[in-house]
This record gives sequence, C-alpha cells and structure tokens, in this order.
Amino acid sequence: MPGYRRPLYRDDAVVLRVQKLGESDRIITLLTRRHGRLRAVARGVRRTTSRFGARLEPFGHIDVQLAGDPDGHGPALQSVSQVEGINLYGKRFLEDYPRYTAASAIAETAERLTPVEGEPSLRLFLLTLGALRALADAEHAATLVLDAYLLRGMSLAGWAPALVECAVCGTPGQHRAFSVPAGGCVCPDCRPPGAAHPAPATIDLMSALTSGDWRVADAAEPATRRECSGLVAAHLQWHLERGLRSLPLVDRNPGERS
Amino acid sequence: MYEGTIQDLIDELGRLPGVGPKSAQRIAFHILSADPADVTRLANALRKVKDLVRFCTVCFNVAESEQCRICRDARRTDEVLCVVEEPKDVVAIERTGEFRGRYHVLGGAINPLEGIGPDNLRIRELMQRLGSGAVRELILATDPNTEGEATATYLALMVKPMGIAVTRLASGLPVGGDLEYADEITLGRAFEGRRAV
Ligand SMILES: [Zn+2]
Ligand SMILES: [Zn+2]
Repeated sequence: MPGYRRPLYRDDAVVLRVQKLGESDRIITLLTRRHGRLRAVARGVRRTTSRFGARLEPFGHIDVQLAGDPDGHGPALQSVSQVEGINLYGKRFLEDYPRYTAASAIAETAERLTPVEGEPSLRLFLLTLGALRALADAEHAATLVLDAYLLRGMSLAGWAPALVECAVCGTPGQHRAFSVPAGGCVCPDCRPPGAAHPAPATIDLMSALTSGDWRVADAAEPATRRECSGLVAAHLQWHLERGLRSLPLVDRNPGERS
Repeated sequence: MYEGTIQDLIDELGRLPGVGPKSAQRIAFHILSADPADVTRLANALRKVKDLVRFCTVCFNVAESEQCRICRDARRTDEVLCVVEEPKDVVAIERTGEFRGRYHVLGGAINPLEGIGPDNLRIRELMQRLGSGAVRELILATDPNTEGEATATYLALMVKPMGIAVTRLASGLPVGGDLEYADEITLGRAFEGRRAV
C-alpha cells in the first residue's frame, strides 16, 4: 500500500526480548498493556549516538510510541518512534546474576503465554510487570518470585495445578500424590502410576505462592523450595509445546557455586 | 517464488544474519547481473574463509594458524587478560592502541532467552587459562548492554575468589550499544578508566 502509514499510537509495555537486526538495529518484543505482545524494530539503537539508549534494554517498563513500518519488514512489524523509561528494572539485575536469569525466565514465559501477537492480555501484563518489580525490589528470593509468577501465569492460561482438590475427581482436601499429566494433586483413588509424593510443605508452598501468602513462602526451607521449583517447572513444561530455554539456566544455588 | 537455482540462492542469503527476504532477493539479482570475475572472487573468498580461517586454540580469536597473531606476539604481556564477546571486539580494542595484554573471546554473552548459558561460552577455557597463575588482571570488556553486563557479573563472581584483580571498562560507553560502534577515543578512555569490580 504505497503512501499508507499506520497512525502512531502509544502504550506502556514491558520489554521481553531484544534481538540484533542487521548492522545497528534491534527487534524488540514488547508485552503492552492494551495491545498484547508486539514486535517492533528499533532503528540505530546499537549506535553510540542512539537516542533510545538503555530504555530498550530487556525487562524495563517503558512508555512507547509505535508506528507502522514503511520499509516493509513484513506487515506485523512496526517501529519504535519514541520511548520513555518508566522503571528500567533491567538495571537492577545487572549485578545480580540469579535475578538476571530469573527475569529471563519470566520474560520467556510471558512470551510463550501470549501465542498470538496483538491479542490484549491485561492480566498477564500486570502479572509480568508485578513479577519484575518484585524481582527488582529484592524483598523475596528470586526463585520464589519466579515460581509465583509461573504458577499464576499458568492459572491465567487455565492450567493451574490442582492443589486443594483432586485434579481428576475434584474431591476437596490436601492429597499427598502429585501427577503432572493428571493436572496436580490426586486422591488415592485417582492416583495414576508414576505419581510423585512431594512433602506436604511443598504443596503448602505452591498454594502460598499462588495466593500471594509471602509470610509462608519466605519461611519455606531450601529443600521445600527446590521440590516446589521442580514440580512447577515440570507442570509448565508439560503444557508448553516446546520447553523454555531459559528455565534450566536459572541460577538457583548462588551460595553453592564453586 | 522464483525457480530452482535463483530461489536456492535467495534462500541461502536469507539465512544470513540481518538479511531479510527482500534484501536476499536484491543481493541475488545483483549477483546475477554482476561481472563473472567479481562473482568468482566472492565465491573464492567464501570458500577460503571456511578452509583457512579457524579459531585460535588459546584465545578463540580468528586465526590462520594454530594460534592467532596476538597470542604469538612475544612483546605482549601475559599479565593482563581482556575478555570480549566476539572477534570483532578484539579488532575494536586493538584500534585504540591502549592495550598490550592478551585476549579471551567468549563467543557471545550469557543470554538465557536464547538458550545461551555459561556452558555454551568459552568460560571453562577461560578458567583453565586463569588457573596457570600468569594473569594478574582480568579486564571484562563485554558489551555495555544487559547481557554483556550480566556476563561480566557472572565472570567476576567466578574469578574474584582466585585472587585475580577484575576490572570493567569505564562508563562513557553508552548502555545498549555494541562495543564495536564505540569510537576509538571513547573506547580508549574506557580502557584507561576501567574500574575494579
Ligand atoms: Zn480423585
Ligand atoms: Zn589467540
């Protein structure tokens, strides 16, 4: 369509992913408040004279103006015309490697929970923004913030693990067995072969992270946290077509590195 | 879509980094109408780069023999080692004329979103080099963007317990930029003003 330009529009967004394009441009994947997940080109952003600077680095909350791309990188790709930083959370992760890896897993999950570009998902946007803010505030362990995000993200997607009832028959109560294929905790009657038997404290931690009970979550023992992370990751990977690349790279044992 | 041979070329060109379908088509038709001698030179250059150029076994810079020119240079000091992401960063730093030590090329930065963790980079080899005891200062010259900074943080965490001084290039390098785009003066100043981490 010669001469046609989509109008400029503005939204606030979280920067999920940044990829190099050509000599000095970048493709930025954004999760916006009102327009869902979008990809946009930022021209010249890698040159030292770029006016965008650090505002288009990963994990930042930004106010962005987007425009249709007249050079035609494909119809779906627009370009960034202006950007202001609201809270550049990425800066806070630069000197904290475990938080950087957790932020990466949050960003990749957000991308995977929004399979269709341009489809608004306000709740996921707010959840993602909240998780990055919590990670930056450093009040809770990075892995707890990540697991809370994964559990609540799965709830939004409709695949939250059953924790207070049997995933198969719905009988309420805390059941001891946990089966990823069955969808969470299962009662003795419904328990499939190969179901795991996590510690009751682990199920409590999953419930606390889902409901936002940080008093319980922060008090959880390292072994409980590890078991919880394992179940959450297994549950998430089961529902995603491809595994998350960032999840195995999350630095979960900062104190034990040799 | 075009037929056979020309479409094959367009497809191959389109797999190169930064080349979209339109550019691939433009380059393919440029090659089609170019002088045959020019095209032969291009084809030879492509073949030769794969046949002759390899990675230095010490620092992983590009080299035309077992070791690169910098690793073979006896006038350079082994006491200072500069870590960069890519061979092009070695070229950028060499242009400043500020540095007389050796390099270590990681082959990228830690980027979990792209599936790149510490094990996918030349970090184990770096630790082996540092284990020899000759290095007194390690300069972290990864890109001044999020992935580069996080990689520097990770390396500092690993190396500091070894008792080696770890420094990072001074600011003045714009955040979000590529090291290779810094002009010589900015990059030279960043070297002089590097700080301990
Ligand atoms: Zn049941
Ligand atoms: Zn070398």
